[in-house]
Amino acid sequence: MGLKLQQSYHHSVTLKVNEQMGTKRGYTFIQANRAWLPKFLLLWVMVMAFLSTWIYKKMDADNKVRRKEVLSSMCDQRARMLQDQFSVSVNHVHALAILVSTFHYYKDPSAIDQETFAEYTARTAFERPLLSGVAYAERVVHSEREKFERQHGWTIKTMKREPSPIRDEYAPVIFSQETVSYIESLDMMSGEEDRENILRARATGKAVLTSPFRLLGSHHLGVVLTFPVYKSKLPPSPTEQERIEATAGYLGGAFDVESLVENLLGQLAGNQAILVNVYDITNSSDHLIMYGHQNQDGDLALLHESKLDFGDPFRKHQMICRYHQKAPTSWTALTTAFLFFVICLLVGYILYGAAIHIVKVEDDFHEMEELKVRAEAADVAKSQFLATVSHEIRTPMNGILGMLALLLDTDLSSTQRDYAQTAQVCGKALITLINEVLDRAKIEAGKLELETVPFDLRSILDDVLSLFSEKSRNKGVELAVFVSDKVPEMVMGDPGRFRQIITNLVGNSVKFTERGHIFVKVHLAENPKPMEGPKAETCLNGGSDEDALVSGARQFKTLSGYEAADERNSWDSLKHLVADEELRYDASVKMKAADEASQSVTLMVSLEDTGIGIPLIAQDRVFMPFMQADSSTSRNYGGTGIGLSITKCLVELMGGHISFISRPQVGSTFSFTTVFGRCKRASFSDTKKPNAEDLPSGFRGLKAVVVDGKPVRAAVTRYHLKRLGMLVEFANSVKIAASACGKNGSSCGSKTQPDIVLVEKDSWLSGEDGGLSLRTLDRQQNGHVLKSPKMILLATNITNAELEKAKAAGFADTTIMKPLRASMVAACLQQVLGTGKKRQPGRGMLNGSSVLGSLLCGKKILVVDDNMVNRRVAAGALKKFGAAVECAESGKAALKLLQLPHSFDACFMDIQMPEMDGFEATRRIRMMESQANEQMNGGTEEGSIRTGEWHIPILAMTADVIHATYDECLKCGMDGYVSKPFEEENLYLAVAKFFKTKPISDS
Amino acid sequence: MDLVQLQRQLVDYRTSLYHEGFLDEQFTQLQSLQDENNPDFVVEVVSLFFEDSERLLNELSKALEQQVIDFKRMDAQVHQLKGSSSSIGAHRVQKLCIVFRNYCEAQNVEGCLKCLQQVKHEYGIIKTKLESMFQLEQQILNAGGSIPV
Repeated sequence: MGLKLQQSYHHSVTLKVNEQMGTKRGYTFIQANRAWLPKFLLLWVMVMAFLSTWIYKKMDADNKVRRKEVLSSMCDQRARMLQDQFSVSVNHVHALAILVSTFHYYKDPSAIDQETFAEYTARTAFERPLLSGVAYAERVVHSEREKFERQHGWTIKTMKREPSPIRDEYAPVIFSQETVSYIESLDMMSGEEDRENILRARATGKAVLTSPFRLLGSHHLGVVLTFPVYKSKLPPSPTEQERIEATAGYLGGAFDVESLVENLLGQLAGNQAILVNVYDITNSSDHLIMYGHQNQDGDLALLHESKLDFGDPFRKHQMICRYHQKAPTSWTALTTAFLFFVICLLVGYILYGAAIHIVKVEDDFHEMEELKVRAEAADVAKSQFLATVSHEIRTPMNGILGMLALLLDTDLSSTQRDYAQTAQVCGKALITLINEVLDRAKIEAGKLELETVPFDLRSILDDVLSLFSEKSRNKGVELAVFVSDKVPEMVMGDPGRFRQIITNLVGNSVKFTERGHIFVKVHLAENPKPMEGPKAETCLNGGSDEDALVSGARQFKTLSGYEAADERNSWDSLKHLVADEELRYDASVKMKAADEASQSVTLMVSLEDTGIGIPLIAQDRVFMPFMQADSSTSRNYGGTGIGLSITKCLVELMGGHISFISRPQVGSTFSFTTVFGRCKRASFSDTKKPNAEDLPSGFRGLKAVVVDGKPVRAAVTRYHLKRLGMLVEFANSVKIAASACGKNGSSCGSKTQPDIVLVEKDSWLSGEDGGLSLRTLDRQQNGHVLKSPKMILLATNITNAELEKAKAAGFADTTIMKPLRASMVAACLQQVLGTGKKRQPGRGMLNGSSVLGSLLCGKKILVVDDNMVNRRVAAGALKKFGAAVECAESGKAALKLLQLPHSFDACFMDIQMPEMDGFEATRRIRMMESQANEQMNGGTEEGSIRTGEWHIPILAMTADVIHATYDECLKCGMDGYVSKPFEEENLYLAVAKFFKTKPISDS
Repeated sequence: MDLVQLQRQLVDYRTSLYHEGFLDEQFTQLQSLQDENNPDFVVEVVSLFFEDSERLLNELSKALEQQVIDFKRMDAQVHQLKGSSSSIGAHRVQKLCIVFRNYCEAQNVEGCLKCLQQVKHEYGIIKTKLESMFQLEQQILNAGGSIPV
């Protein structure tokens, strides 16, 4: 699992890198086109310039259209007005013509003469403001000339005021307005223009116009209007000839066009703004100007033409208008366009700036990203490097240490030995440090794998305690462990790492504690934590309690009586645990069901010491690697400060967390939780317990009295004794114990008489009457010879003098040195009770050798070893315990001896043998057995001698007890191993597993 | 008068053997295996050791004289020697055997030769020492005393 995790971690790292590379490829649009950005900007500016130009043009065009419309409307208006006025004048002349024809021709005699005509026309001149004057010319045929000249008294003259030459007919002016009186008697037909006019007028019967010319009087440009006057009424729709025949004369008037238009324009608004020209366009190739100047400086670009109809179908006129000035520049359009352009320019620039910024930020981001990946990779690499290097250092270091050990075995002078030993100590320290660094690096590199094997938590705690027992004893510090009964015997987890955590914490505590105690407590985290009973209350209670106050010193209800940082381990909380456990049996069935249901068990381990504590300022960084409380710490106490950080990592790997409470000069309490798997019952009985020591079962049912004033300590003692299967009672002092014993001894007889009395040294020394009481006990002992309780003194450290005193006081049996461990207690008790064996034959054999003897007695054992000496030694050892030993010097020989059926009870097998090694031999034996078992099961089910299957316990004998070898042993079907050369205890442990139950079943 | 002195001499001698690293606790174990049922156990085992060791040492010397040296076989033989020496607690011989085996694995002829000499030397010493110890014990027994533990 660990391994998988570690692989997936690696994968995830590489994946991460890849991913980040991937995102790098997946740039945003902006990022992808970063090179184009300036071009985009330029394009934008150009487009916007174009757009604003377009806007300008559009607005300008609108202006022009409006201007043109204004011009055309003005022009048309002028043209219409001119036309109207003109036609009014023409009508008037027409009326005059009718007047002349009526009064001059139809009346006889004529009602009009020059005088009348002049009078009338002068008075009606206001009706004809455009005409400079009117005149009437009579049609005179050449035959009538003389008559006419005579009648009037003057000769007909030409325009040049000369007497007219002879012509077919003449048109002398007979009546004229005063303004044009100078043309009287002039022949109108002598002027080319007038003649043409006259001819056209009499032919059409309508008013006709001449082309413009300079008028005689005013030298203004003007035209002459001519009307025919008929002497008789014309028939309806007369022919041209009829008209000519009927013509009597011609009425003419001169239009002063120039002043006419001048007047007209003067009446209208806006005449300053425009220029007006009037043209006669009868001859389309040569326009004759009637008004205005030919060369004008007005706005030539824009002009408007309006047709003029002066009533003469032959003549065509038009009016052309221009603006006086060129079109003014349109500032509005220009400003609008310019502002639009500027705004767009700014917007473009802002967008460009934003894009540039985005690109920059993204670049930075990617750079950071890359740096981050690199940093992480570097971190992993660092850890891996550390792991590798540490490992590489370890190998030669082992060589150095090995060689130093060898060197120490040679003949050395004392100085040399001293040097070598120093070197070895240093080397060992270095190895420890390297191991720690390696661990730390492994954790960081994610390479640490946790095992999941069943193990016995209690024995590990015992081991760790024994490791530090020497140190703590020298310091006078009490070291104790307490495991709640609810904690399962076997749990699934990593025993090595658990041991490391405990070792680290206990090691730290031992290092920093000079007095008081170090107390490890393990219970289920599900337990309700009884937090009631704060310190003040404890003190109060302590004060009222008889033991709490000893010689005026403040005592706390902790293990040693010293104050602890956290109250959790004090008696107030512990007694809940203990009480709880006693109640537990009532609800055991329910509890068990609940226990089995959950797959894992969460343990709460707390470790309390009464050391120097951790300074408040340093408490934050306790779990940081290489951080010690302060620099003086490493000077005074040594160490690297890496231990706690490793511990924290390990605890977290195990699914728990660690915390601590610490008060300077009072102590620290570290507590952590871990999650272990629960062992299945079935697998539990099956699995070998490689790290679980088997406690002797010989003490079951024994009764013990623990005399201890301190309940916590008493609970710890009871915990160890209970593990041995003993029944334990408490007594607060020796006196109480003595009285209890006495009572029991006398009244209830031997049944409830304690077998063992364990007295805590403090309780013994503090009681002034200790000696006396003990003697009382002694006396009673004498009274009951057969059932004398064994007196045992429990002490953390004891001086020789005290020891002597104790012996004198009656603790002749033994003194058990703390810290307590179940196995050690068992050994001591064996010693105490074993010596009593001879006196009490019924008690059973409790001594180690005796136990072994009982286990091995009468057993037939095969020893397989190619080494003669080894064989002999093994055989000797086994024989000593009463076993019948046979030897085989090779695997082959062993196979021969173990042909089924055989009568061997066990086999000790050397592993390294020529030809066929122990593994191979075992495999073959197992094969043989399984074949036999199959046959037995298939054939005669009840016919076999043995009830069980064939399975001879095979134990490997090996000199190197490394783990791999052990695994190999199990793999090929062995049941266990004993290390060579044989040691009694070792042998016992190995053999006990297989023969434990046999004596019972045999008997 | 001799008996007490002999006994003391034996104890001192044995202590010196432990102290100088010739013997280790395994020899103590061996001694503890000897009881009334098996009074000559130690001498018996030790003589077995002598026999076996001399045979092995001879074979090793021969093997090293060969043109083609069979290191595998030598390794097995040294292993044997190591096993038996550790069984009786001949500490120094055992330690040397470990070094010897390393040379065998490395197929280092010179190292092997050197080691063989050393092993022979150590073996000679332990043999002499043990023999003289047994002699002392014998003397004590002959004088009617018991061997101190």
